[in-house]
Amino acid sequence: MELFYLLIEIIVKCVVVFAGLMIVVAYLTWLERKVLGHIQVRYGPNRCGPFGLLQPFSDAVKAFFKEDLVPGKADKAVFVMAPMISIIAAISIFAVIPFGNQFTIPGTNWVVKLRIADVDVALLYIFGVASLGEFGIILGGWSSGNKYGLTGSLRAAAQMISYEVALGIAVIGVLILSQSLRLTEIVRLQGGGFWNWNIWYQPVAFVLYLICGLAEINRTPFDMPEAEAELACGFNIEYSSMKFALFFMAEYAHMVTMGAVAVTLFMGGWQPIIPQLGFIPGVVWFCGKLFVFLFFFIWQRGTFPRLRYDQIMKLGWKILIPLALINLVITGLVVSLKG
Amino acid sequence: MIIPLLKGLKVTLRYFFSKPITVQYPEEKIPPAPRWRGIQYFEKDERGKTKCVACGLCMIVCPSQCIYIETAEDEEGKRYPLTYELDAGRCIFCGFCEEACPVKAIFMGKNYEWVEGDRKGYIMTTEKLLEEKKVNP
Repeated sequence: MELFYLLIEIIVKCVVVFAGLMIVVAYLTWLERKVLGHIQVRYGPNRCGPFGLLQPFSDAVKAFFKEDLVPGKADKAVFVMAPMISIIAAISIFAVIPFGNQFTIPGTNWVVKLRIADVDVALLYIFGVASLGEFGIILGGWSSGNKYGLTGSLRAAAQMISYEVALGIAVIGVLILSQSLRLTEIVRLQGGGFWNWNIWYQPVAFVLYLICGLAEINRTPFDMPEAEAELACGFNIEYSSMKFALFFMAEYAHMVTMGAVAVTLFMGGWQPIIPQLGFIPGVVWFCGKLFVFLFFFIWQRGTFPRLRYDQIMKLGWKILIPLALINLVITGLVVSLKG
Repeated sequence: MIIPLLKGLKVTLRYFFSKPITVQYPEEKIPPAPRWRGIQYFEKDERGKTKCVACGLCMIVCPSQCIYIETAEDEEGKRYPLTYELDAGRCIFCGFCEEACPVKAIFMGKNYEWVEGDRKGYIMTTEKLLEEKKVNP
């Protein structure tokens, strides 16, 4: 019976997290267009419902009714599979993110922990699955049989290799501090107020994580794989209808996961800012912090121009990776000297 | 290297909180300029009919030849346009007809919103031109 209840709990959590993530992704597109609009001193979508709030649904309906085209020269199986790989990778990361502490269902003694899975190698899992998402982009560009698509996916591959290294090394700093790959443990160690957050102990790693994270999710200023001006949309050039929508959703879901991991690693996860505010549920804190990151991702998109391809490579290999290594060495030295 | 980036972020944040300058067209409209040349209208005389005496000067001066006039005389011996057709679909809104008119009958209006499904709809007769006067106070 115990096992049966556990199964129900896991299924419910999966459904809730999946639905929540999809809603966040849908409204993230709305938020992005709204924020970019206001940055450019215009309104953004405001025709569909109050404040344009129904815009995501109208977009979804539109995408659904578009013609689903597979180019004649395309490798059909891979072509169909690529967007699925992308979206699955982006969503699966959320399996290990802790959203809140735990609560007891009233009237029973059943404790619900607010995370789908508490994996002891959660961080490794995140990086493994996150880079799986790039396969979707690479395969999608390659299989469409289009030179722009191929160029876009080649750039994606090169960018992934150069930035994943710096991203991994930057995060090792946090690992040294927490001595654990378990995300719940990392969050627990950051409890008791904002002065305990890893962002104060690892500021360089935090900045590196943000920059490399942006490169990892192919957002401006690192949106090389889909540079509109030179690649005419890049890897997803041959995609239409729901397949394109899947790539689009994957990009935004990936953005949410990047933000969620940043919150977990550096901003104390679901922990309140000061312990006195602990009466507010952890989920609220988590979503609030996540929103700050998502807003920053959109905000910087409206600010910075795209880097040139060679500049991206230069920044990755000559600046970010050495910085990450120096940060790693210093962190290790300090920790080992302290005992 | 970092400081200019932060400055850029500050600038965009300032614009984010400023009021959008968009004119939301169908609801809000910018009034046309004083010298705006829109769709023509006919000025009425004291009897409520057109002032036009069908002299044909506008027909001659029109560079796109969009005006067609048939002249007639009424019982008092006064000339009036039996048919006056202005094809707004061909009109280039140069305003020469307004300049050429000796009796100040035709004027360039302010209206610029006119959509039709076929070209025949754009032919303006005397009645339509008089009707257009209502939107041009």
